[in-house]
Amino acid sequence: MIPEPVFEAPWHAQVFALTVHLNEAGVFAWPDWAARLGATLKTHGLSKDLNGGDDYFAAWLETLEAYLAELGAASPDKVSEAHAAWKAAYLATPHGQPVTLD
Amino acid sequence: MPHDHSDHAHPHSLLPSDPALRVKALETILTQKGLIDPAALDEIIDTYENQIGPHNGAHVVARAWTDPDFKAALLADADAVVSEMGYYGRQGEHMVVVENTAQVHNMVVCTLCSCYPWPLLGIPPGWYKSDAYRARAVREPRKVLADFGVTLPEDTAVRVWDSTAEVRYLVLPMRPEGAEGLDEAGLMDLVSRDAMIGCALAGTP
Repeated sequence: MIPEPVFEAPWHAQVFALTVHLNEAGVFAWPDWAARLGATLKTHGLSKDLNGGDDYFAAWLETLEAYLAELGAASPDKVSEAHAAWKAAYLATPHGQPVTLD
Repeated sequence: MPHDHSDHAHPHSLLPSDPALRVKALETILTQKGLIDPAALDEIIDTYENQIGPHNGAHVVARAWTDPDFKAALLADADAVVSEMGYYGRQGEHMVVVENTAQVHNMVVCTLCSCYPWPLLGIPPGWYKSDAYRARAVREPRKVLADFGVTLPEDTAVRVWDSTAEVRYLVLPMRPEGAEGLDEAGLMDLVSRDAMIGCALAGTP
């Protein structure tokens, strides 16, 4: 039997690791995180039955963004800026070359 | 929507999905602020993709099947016992082991999000995180078990445990008949992840 992948998509693994790391770095406590994630899942789950993959991690990411904004660790403006910078970097980098921010 | 490359002289790198870019954006900001170390992220991912998984829990179960004193200690204070085996760490602050018997079958869910004993099972599978499982495990556990192919005797009660950020449960499945001649490694092969969540029975030799 081929074991199923632990994470369905690389970004699921990334956002998971980022959250665990922030918790360990003391940025927030895990029960506080879990309560917030639970609340987001509940809200998202009102309109449809969430799957445990993309839907679940979409709620996870939204929760993390909101929590970091609230804590002043990453403001929505800065996040949008960095998001746009990464997008531009991918579009400007020829295929096969590492994508980096200047 | 198909991506049109006709306006590019050279095809660019494949653009990651929107959420993937949002995660990268957070990483960039937090790294610049010195709040995270990117190398630590890779280490965390490697740990859960390659090192920690249900084989840890299976080891605990196999030992409990063969050593009554160990089993008694495990059921009394799982944290102390599994820590001694080296299975401690993130999301393992308070683990409780619940034993399946002919009278009671235990099942674990996290109705809030996806609390789970990481040191023993790794991180949870997609179905454990789905709304379908989180809602139905409590409401109609026997139907959920049937979906997993498990039919219990009618006089076996089903008890559902709700894991939280404070307490995380692991099911000690019943030892199957016919496994007497197996050593610890042989027994471990009979213990699946799903059996330790309570959604399967131990395999038969």
